[in-house]
Amino acid sequence: MTIVNFTPFSALLGGALIGLAATAMWWLLGRIAGVSGILGNAIGARGIDRLWRLAFLAGLFSAGLIAIAAFPQAVHFSMEAGAAASIIAGLLVGIGTSLSGGCTSGHGVCGVSRLSVRSLVATGSFMAAGFLTVFVARHLL
Amino acid sequence: MRQVATAFVCGLLFGIGLIVSQMSNPAKVIGFLDITGQWDPSLAFVMAGAVAVFALGYRLTLRRSAPLLDKSFALPGKTNVDKALISGSLLFGLGWGLAGLCPGPAIVSSSFGDPRIWMFIVAMLSGMAIVRMIRQRTRG
Repeated sequence: MTIVNFTPFSALLGGALIGLAATAMWWLLGRIAGVSGILGNAIGARGIDRLWRLAFLAGLFSAGLIAIAAFPQAVHFSMEAGAAASIIAGLLVGIGTSLSGGCTSGHGVCGVSRLSVRSLVATGSFMAAGFLTVFVARHLL
Repeated sequence: MRQVATAFVCGLLFGIGLIVSQMSNPAKVIGFLDITGQWDPSLAFVMAGAVAVFALGYRLTLRRSAPLLDKSFALPGKTNVDKALISGSLLFGLGWGLAGLCPGPAIVSSSFGDPRIWMFIVAMLSGMAIVRMIRQRTRG
């Protein structure tokens, strides 16, 4: 193992902003900022329950749009997966997060912060699966 | 209306955090997951920063009887570890490691002009719909 591309300061700062956004959601709206749940429930919900979810998702989308339009040099994006892998990955992420009731934000950040047993188990499981997948894809295939 | 505007600003701040931390950069995510190769430990710091802030914010907020703009706090109802939690998390981790994308970063980077992000998002929504359909059938 060699350590490369390490950016601890921007990582901590960005992480703190994510934690701040999650805190604001909890303090102001009493909601957990879990993106897969917000996305999945935005479709079935009605009225205000649907509107605040769509607004949160619009905020996420706008962050990317503003960043790429106004500060393109600050946006780092590079992706190796091809079209087929992206589609398979999307399906797995959609099915997996629906079954487990959360993703990196809901389980990994919010649930782990609350020391929820379900979220600790979920986070350990998806991390392990992620490490294993990259190990197989990068070093065995 | 206040709730909707608040949720938008929270989403915006959350998205900025994902961009600043490079969680929205699939190569960075894969670099973090490549623990036996060229390892980039940065995302552990994203997690640490986010958990440190929310762990504090969550606890301080719970001193209140209700959130500022709503009647009550909404927490996930399930507390037991079941098969769906573990198998779902493993499937999610498999997809995450395959493309380097999870739901939040996918939405944030959907305006970056790469069609693979939209393929991922449509497939992800389909996956969510499949689970919902199967659950409705087995219930009814």
